[in-house]
Amino acid sequence: MSQPVANCPNCGAAVRFRFSSAVQSVCEYCRSIVVRRDVNLERVGEVSDLPPDPSPIQITTEGIYRNRPFVVAGRILYEYEQGGWNEWHIVFSDGKSGWLSDAMAEYAVTFGIIPTPEPLPPVEKIHRGRRFRWYGADYQVTVLTPARYRGVEGELPFEYWNKQQVLFADLRTSDARFGTIDYSERPALLFLGESVEFEALRLKNLRRVEGWDA
Amino acid sequence: MSTAPQVRSLNCTNCGAPLTIRAGGHTLTVVCARCLTLLDARDPALGVLQTFQDRQKVEPLIPLGTRGELRGATWEVIGFQVRRIVVECVPYDWSEYLLYNPFKGFRYLTEYNGHWNFVATLRALPEETVARGRRAVRYLGRAYAQFQSASARTIFVLGEFPWQFRVGEAVYVSDYIAPPQALSVERTHNEEAWSLGEYLPGGEVWKAFKLPGACPPARGIYSNQPSPHGSNARSVWAVCLALVVMLAAMMFLFSVGTLQEEVFQSSYTFSTASKGETSFVTPVFELKGRMSNVEVKVDTDLENDWAYLSFTLINEQSGQGFDFGREIGYYHGVDSDGSWSEGGRDDRVLVPSVPPGRYYLRVEPDMNDEDGRAHSVRYQVKVRRDVPYNLFFWIAGLLLLVPPIFVSLRAAGFEKARWEESSYVTEMRSGGEDE
Repeated sequence: MSQPVANCPNCGAAVRFRFSSAVQSVCEYCRSIVVRRDVNLERVGEVSDLPPDPSPIQITTEGIYRNRPFVVAGRILYEYEQGGWNEWHIVFSDGKSGWLSDAMAEYAVTFGIIPTPEPLPPVEKIHRGRRFRWYGADYQVTVLTPARYRGVEGELPFEYWNKQQVLFADLRTSDARFGTIDYSERPALLFLGESVEFEALRLKNLRRVEGWDA
Repeated sequence: MSTAPQVRSLNCTNCGAPLTIRAGGHTLTVVCARCLTLLDARDPALGVLQTFQDRQKVEPLIPLGTRGELRGATWEVIGFQVRRIVVECVPYDWSEYLLYNPFKGFRYLTEYNGHWNFVATLRALPEETVARGRRAVRYLGRAYAQFQSASARTIFVLGEFPWQFRVGEAVYVSDYIAPPQALSVERTHNEEAWSLGEYLPGGEVWKAFKLPGACPPARGIYSNQPSPHGSNARSVWAVCLALVVMLAAMMFLFSVGTLQEEVFQSSYTFSTASKGETSFVTPVFELKGRMSNVEVKVDTDLENDWAYLSFTLINEQSGQGFDFGREIGYYHGVDSDGSWSEGGRDDRVLVPSVPPGRYYLRVEPDMNDEDGRAHSVRYQVKVRRDVPYNLFFWIAGLLLLVPPIFVSLRAAGFEKARWEESSYVTEMRSGGEDE
């Protein structure tokens, strides 16, 4: 875990990249979105205030997935018809990045699959019920979710800031495997992983929830 | 460390009554408990989504805001709805309680006629299959039999929900059962949502939420209600079969433990042609050891004939005798139905509890002599002492099978009653006809 410190190109405040895999961060003072370009930091945008969020997870939350400890480094917040959800960027102790998604307190851990096992269908060809056979499992598209990129926080492993509408195709299997095709890029991005129970993640350093114990 | 927003207090846009939002950030729809208006919880102005007039208010059995401990977590009741299916013009209503824990998300408690289920959203897609001749779905290696399908509507709603509510909107619900579990799928035009329920006795719900009084009694049999006889039948079968095995072992040990000692054997011939006294006595033989049973076995060469042998086993010293007789007949032949036979050429008699001592047999053979023809038989008499006697074991074994068969019949009766409620057996969801 390296902690290079640079200065925000906008306000001059120190911007730390605590994770070597992080490419993008947010200045905690002026909320500028800064990305690493070679040795320089470039301001690419600014995050507006994020709406109040019921998630018990926050940046610096720690957990364990399949016996490997991780820490939450950043997040992308999306909104869709039924509310909002977070894609928490988690960094494992070996520096590997993953995603902990939290939608209405339903959790899933996924990893970006590069390259994809097969070319993904273009956005106009994806539909509910479409099946894929990847790595010995039958994935089926269960729901297409048109979402709105709402904002980012903390450190991300790629540049992600100038988004508007994003279509997601959720994939499920007959067991608890889970996947998402993210049509925010061309070609689309694939994330595969599994649904996880809250208790199984053994999360620490959660947000406090008034009147409740974790 | 920040605090996640949860509880908000507001006022109803329609009637001004105070409102509480308990799952802030998740809740999209909130219902005013006084005027039953549906409000848009995401809208800062709390815009009205739907209003109702003359709506009959339904009082939830578990009041909103009640917390309970179920399956190792705390859950707060935040929403309540009554849903209805109509089958052959008969409405059937059930209640659904929405439970919330800010860390673990949402669960449901459903209630129908005092039968409860604890339900969680499924994060997998069950596969269609066939099990025992029924359509079924398979999930994590378990087959769930298709039980019923119907179009369901929400007819009453209270509290708050993390989705946009449209009262009256129809959802197609299919249930699959593997008691005490049930899988349900709710289909709308663009979504298919699976959930997994587990049957809960009302008493457990009452205990979990510390509700006053007693839970309403469960009426009828519910689809995924565990059979009170099913596991019972298994354990009764297990116990009884274990006893049968013990009996068989005892039977084996007893037969090994018997001496089966042959004490006398001799062959004789009898003919109706020979005149005079037909009875005779055998040489004396000794029954040693302890008191035991004595087997007298007779083998004959009868051919389409019968013989009657009367025996007396006589103690040489005391003169005490045991009388017994045996009719032996053997007939066979061929007719239009093929070959047939009746009776047998041999027979045996077991004399119980004969004291040790010196004994002889008095034998008196007799045969048919009324047809004027000569009849004869060659026969062998064999005497053994201390032979195994198994009849008791067979009777005990059969008696032992009575309870498990009885319990299995009751279990089958329960399953029959359960499936009578299924739309896939009678094409009618019952439930109005209780018991």
